[in-house]
Amino acid sequence: MTELILFVVLALTVVTGALTTVLARNPVHSAVGLLGTLFSLAVLYVVNLAHLVAVVQVIVYAGAVMTLFLFVIMMIGVDQTEDRDETLPGQRKLIASVALGLLALGAVAAISGELDWFPGARAAVPEVNGTVGEVAKTLFTDWVLAFEATALLLTIAAAGTIALASFKKGDEK
Amino acid sequence: MTVEPGWYMSLAAVLFGIGLVGILVRRNALIMFMCVELMLNAVNLTFVAAGRAHGLIDGQISVFFVLVVAAAEVAVGLAIIVSIFRSKSSASVDPLSELRG
Repeated sequence: MTELILFVVLALTVVTGALTTVLARNPVHSAVGLLGTLFSLAVLYVVNLAHLVAVVQVIVYAGAVMTLFLFVIMMIGVDQTEDRDETLPGQRKLIASVALGLLALGAVAAISGELDWFPGARAAVPEVNGTVGEVAKTLFTDWVLAFEATALLLTIAAAGTIALASFKKGDEK
Repeated sequence: MTVEPGWYMSLAAVLFGIGLVGILVRRNALIMFMCVELMLNAVNLTFVAAGRAHGLIDGQISVFFVLVVAAAEVAVGLAIIVSIFRSKSSASVDPLSELRG
């Protein structure tokens, strides 16, 4: 019952935050909407027993990534003069009809009860607690190669960012 | 009444759809970028819900890798937006149509 109440409330805040992100004219409002979505998702992760993921979500996403976003928004100025005209004729109508169609399809599939979300899942699975120890045990055994690959990726990303930032205007011409 | 894993999947699908519509409709590069984050977070939610439904922790570990890629992508992407802003003085993606070929 607790999970149901939490799910309904958090689903509402997640969707509200996402809609704010998409619809807000002011980029700062978009960023705050995204922040609300990220926090609500972190609570949903706790509900799903993914404790470490929830903590990392708050620290890395809501903390570091959103700070970086707000930093760049403030640096390049809050630009509200977005052109609202359609450059591609009929683009928005097409997007809206495709989105509504997919939504209707999904709703029909869900209501009909024919939809098996997890074909391989057994009825009674053990509850997995996503604590630091449990995550680390699997991460540093089965996934250690992918883990090392992310180290390489982060190094390359950091080097690339520094290279991009050090270009002066006119260098590339 | 219990919360089925499918409900989380539906919520994630809606979140992904909102992000996709945002990236197709908006023309401010920063907001398009935030919509990419929305889509990545929708995928993270499906990973966590599916991992719980199957009783496996691997779903949560996949979330970590998505998170790392997203963090790297934000660093590089924002650097690109800033360097574009330096030459075009605008965060809109429309002036970038001259970048073709």
